[in-house]
Amino acid sequence: MPDKTLPKQIILAAHFPGVNNTTVWSDPAAGSQIEFDSFVHLARTAERGKFDFFFLAEGLRLREQRGLIHDLDVVGRPDTLTVLSALAAVTTHLGLAGTLNATFHEPYELARQLATLDHLSGGRAAWNVVTSSGPFFGENFRRGGFLDYADRYTRAGEFIDAARVLWDSWNALEPVRDSGFFADTGQFTVRSPQFDIAGRFPVPRSPQGHPVILQAGDSDGGRELAASRADAIFSRHHELEDGREFYRDVKGRLARYGRSPDSLKIIPGVSYVLGETEADAQEKAHHIRRQQVSPQTAILLLEQVWNRDLSAYDADGPLPEVDPLDDENTIIQGRTAQTHDRHRTAAEWRARADAKNLSIRELIIEVTGRQSFIGTASTVAAQLNEYVQTGACDGFILVPHLTPTGLDEFVDTVVPLLQERGVFRTDYESGTLRGHLGLA
Amino acid sequence: MTSPFPLAVALDGLGWHPAAWRTSPLDPAAVFTPEHWVRLVREAEAGLLDFVTFEDTFGPPSAAPGEINGRLDAVLVASRVAPVTRHVGLVPVATTTHTEPFHLASALATLDYVSGGRAGWQARVSARPGEDRLLGRRTVPLEGEGVWDLFDEASDAVEVVRRLWDSWEDDAIIRDVATGRFVDRDKLHYIDFAGKWFSVKGPAIVPRPPQGQPVVAALAHAPVPYDFAARSADVVFVTPSSAEEAGAIVQALDPSLKVFADLVVFLDDHATGAVARRARLDELTPWQSDALIVTGTPEQLADLLVAWRAAGVDGFRLRPGALPWDLEAITRLLVPVLQDRGLFRTSYEPGDLRTRLGLPVAVNRYSSEGISVA
Repeated sequence: MPDKTLPKQIILAAHFPGVNNTTVWSDPAAGSQIEFDSFVHLARTAERGKFDFFFLAEGLRLREQRGLIHDLDVVGRPDTLTVLSALAAVTTHLGLAGTLNATFHEPYELARQLATLDHLSGGRAAWNVVTSSGPFFGENFRRGGFLDYADRYTRAGEFIDAARVLWDSWNALEPVRDSGFFADTGQFTVRSPQFDIAGRFPVPRSPQGHPVILQAGDSDGGRELAASRADAIFSRHHELEDGREFYRDVKGRLARYGRSPDSLKIIPGVSYVLGETEADAQEKAHHIRRQQVSPQTAILLLEQVWNRDLSAYDADGPLPEVDPLDDENTIIQGRTAQTHDRHRTAAEWRARADAKNLSIRELIIEVTGRQSFIGTASTVAAQLNEYVQTGACDGFILVPHLTPTGLDEFVDTVVPLLQERGVFRTDYESGTLRGHLGLA
Repeated sequence: MTSPFPLAVALDGLGWHPAAWRTSPLDPAAVFTPEHWVRLVREAEAGLLDFVTFEDTFGPPSAAPGEINGRLDAVLVASRVAPVTRHVGLVPVATTTHTEPFHLASALATLDYVSGGRAGWQARVSARPGEDRLLGRRTVPLEGEGVWDLFDEASDAVEVVRRLWDSWEDDAIIRDVATGRFVDRDKLHYIDFAGKWFSVKGPAIVPRPPQGQPVVAALAHAPVPYDFAARSADVVFVTPSSAEEAGAIVQALDPSLKVFADLVVFLDDHATGAVARRARLDELTPWQSDALIVTGTPEQLADLLVAWRAAGVDGFRLRPGALPWDLEAITRLLVPVLQDRGLFRTSYEPGDLRTRLGLPVAVNRYSSEGISVA
């Protein structure tokens, strides 16, 4: 039983900087997105800070814009599982969470890989379940774009269920040399609309039994998938009140599945900027925003709303007078669209630019991706704690803007303040990720 | 320069004899721990071996009574070992029949990054009963021409993986702040592979790995797999039973292939010790291997290796019969014998695995495409 006199403990995770424009590669301090040393640095920094886990995304195809490979953000990354397995060698307690797509992996193979990672890390493996559909990613895989959009969560749910059948397929491993009995194990059969598989699973039950399951996605289908099957949900960052609403909604779905509110952790991805003073932090935040939105990136983000080629426009000039195109989105491939109503968004942006006399770049800096938490270490620690103590989330997946040193300052300055408040561990008390997260 | 005597070991469970785990002082359950693999690979590295292979199959290992019937994923084991070793090559088996070439390319390129240019890949088809049911998407014939089709498909898989490895030119990442461009997209290439079995668009998600092309290997016992090795691999593991047969196989193979002879070994200072150890295991589980089993002293094995080398093989992959003895006998007894004869390195040379094996620098197939220098 948790001690009710203690304040709620915060979950902290470190997201390796990704391939969108929140990652600043143009800064002189920015390091390699591919060399293993970068991953070692961030993982060891997170472990020094006693973080719950390290988080990696997955790449299935390079992004495209206007039919060309998108070249303005970081491009390319290593294989998720292979990096996590290597990181298990250079860390001892840190959870190792990998994003793996339920559409373009298969249950037998992925369950085997995740169980292997759990063995090789001594019980630290986690799977962030994502889905996709449509032909774009499918062009790199045997089945092509085989899955209907409407079926993507059905497949993900059946996939998780199948993986758990496989993970449960071994009895205790107690080889007997004298009799030659190694193990009596591994038989499984799974029949569902998406899968019809049977055989023997080769990996004995792993230290966690079931690697931790995260579900990424805030849609209704995603929330339901998380409520029915996940251990944690990797959500978007919300303002405090919206966060509480999201939290109530998701936790409120658990009872229907016979689950307690504590059995599903809500962990939004957040960015942060730290400064010596509030003013200093705001100034740094603005500088980082300008780095994140280069002139070329500003045009490109505008094109995603306008749905047409705007390469002839000057990012330091006014917004285009032409209207967005209504055709099907042909501009971007491999990422989520920014808006579902282009004309409305365009009208709002024009009004805002007119009112404040903003250039394209200035407008884009205003309307996209302000950092989630900006302030001194002390105010950021207080804000993070308020989110958790007032029921807006259970913790945070921190997304640094710099590879690989972007977490250093947070660990050095914010973590000690959270520890002083008694809301974050001062040392690991468990060897497994389930243990860190307080999951059964 | 390469060692005159390329020497690898093949790691699997507690040794290649199916009963090895029953007499080993090592905990049989430890084959599922990272410590087991780190210890074995460090032992191989202490013996200055060229590389180790990690055995794997798509389906589980044997279900026969008395055998270890579980196994971890070999690519992930190799990756787990990479950061805590420095020199020895790491060559996991990964299968081609039920897996995605795109994922394989990413994983093996990443192994090359985490190991600093020491990655290889032993490509293998999945032709054992029941393996198709694990995936559940198609039925794979286990007899007749259909089996040979698996090698044709495997060749396509290797071709896709190799194209993906080359799909980023080495200088594709430019980080050009003035133009806001991270990559030069003209140096990223769609591979546009369309074959009988699958199509893959590309480019890779992982930039070109440190070796350019990690070393590709294949085990082969018959003409169709020999053809597969010739089309797809850099290194072929073969299983002759004599020096004469070894010579004949080498003659029949493509001269660009590095031919490694596989041998199962039971070694001891005194031949009687090795013979007794093997006999005890055969009593528990009678066993023959696809490869010749050599039971004797390190000197006897060294003599055999010298003779086979003279017959034309390039190197050897030794399969320790039982652990820990036969691995330690290779690294602590056989290697010194070869060193005394001036046949084996006394320290690692600098360079990646390709260099160590005498393979040419991997030229990127896309580098000069469409470029004309005025």
